[in-house]
Amino acid sequence: MKKLTIPEEEHMLSGHTACLGCGATIAMRYVLKALGKNTILSIPACCWAVIPGVYPHRTLDVPLLYTAFEVTGAAISGIREALDAMGKEDVNVVGFAGDGGTADIGLQALSAAMERGHNVFYIMYDNEAYMNTGIQRSGSTPMGAWTTTTPGGKKRMYKWEPKKSVAEIMVAHHIPYVATATIAYPEDMIAKLKRAKEIKGPKFFQILSPCPTGWRHAPDKTVEISRLAVQTNVFPLYEVIDGKYKISIKPKNPKPVKEYLRLQGRFRHLTEEEIEKIQRHVDENWKALLKKERCSQEEE
Amino acid sequence: MSVNLPEDPTPIAKVPSTENKTGGWRTFRPVIHYEKCIRCYICWKFCPDAAIHFAPPEAHESPKEALSKFDTVEINYDFCKGCGICANECPVNAIELVLEENFRGDEE
Repeated sequence: MKKLTIPEEEHMLSGHTACLGCGATIAMRYVLKALGKNTILSIPACCWAVIPGVYPHRTLDVPLLYTAFEVTGAAISGIREALDAMGKEDVNVVGFAGDGGTADIGLQALSAAMERGHNVFYIMYDNEAYMNTGIQRSGSTPMGAWTTTTPGGKKRMYKWEPKKSVAEIMVAHHIPYVATATIAYPEDMIAKLKRAKEIKGPKFFQILSPCPTGWRHAPDKTVEISRLAVQTNVFPLYEVIDGKYKISIKPKNPKPVKEYLRLQGRFRHLTEEEIEKIQRHVDENWKALLKKERCSQEEE
Repeated sequence: MSVNLPEDPTPIAKVPSTENKTGGWRTFRPVIHYEKCIRCYICWKFCPDAAIHFAPPEAHESPKEALSKFDTVEINYDFCKGCGICANECPVNAIELVLEENFRGDEE
């Protein structure tokens, strides 16, 4: 006998080649637990293109189609339409791409797929840089972070542009379901995926998955950092159903952003003023989100 | 004219990755102290390698009589890479990270 808060079924095998404490593998494990075996995945170049291992090895219990970096959106559209033509409408089609393949390179294919309204899932696991190729800056890298292409040194060329909000871009496509999730809250993530499964149309998820290698933190802190991202309001969890915002977790007393930053080597160089700047940015984003939620409630 | 198609026209990855014993990557070995384990399954929930599995309740001792009807957990050291998330997340600190060197020579 056991009391579990998430489904017991397992579709990700052990023996994959992800780094120790990889957040993206935890994300994949939960996604497959929620969606079940009746799923077809499409993965572009990203960490997950490497994790299943070299041919002839497989880590996932579901069919998986590898695509080029920029075409995940097109690939899942094609799979969906082919399945529909064959009358297999109950199969979940999932695009599982990293933040580089979503926010930068794959954005046009994703945008087109969402606009055409195919009945697909698109899951962006957000590790906030091109981790697979060696920690290069992406559009989703947060403010103040070190990456190999935004190095430090005397000129302090760290990334200072704010993180691109892909979830908001997706809301602007007027699709039926957009949500953010993170690995420290599996019950929340799985409930959202199950809710989305009942909806016909494009569904977008942004899942924050800490990366010990690229974020320069100890591998055992992956889940802790992911939890802190929510508790400090750096990465708020919310869902947008038919344009209506609903915040999933509202921290009663948000922790200072410093607690989130200090665990990660990529933010080690930050001065007090710079941390203050990031804090202001986070507070502004959080206030804007609260406002959006209030507006959605007023409309009802 | 007949065309001889290969038996397997498209390459399909068929060998499960469980052939890959990633346990060799480990520096620290998580060891469960069953006398503290409250069988909450948080370690199972967060394991990135899916290397923690369930075992029948009587397989290990339990700190309380009331807990002994619940299944217990075991770590599969063939696959555990030793990231330590389980030890960090354990609410009762029942998992200890021990340097793998201390187990050298032990036959598992």
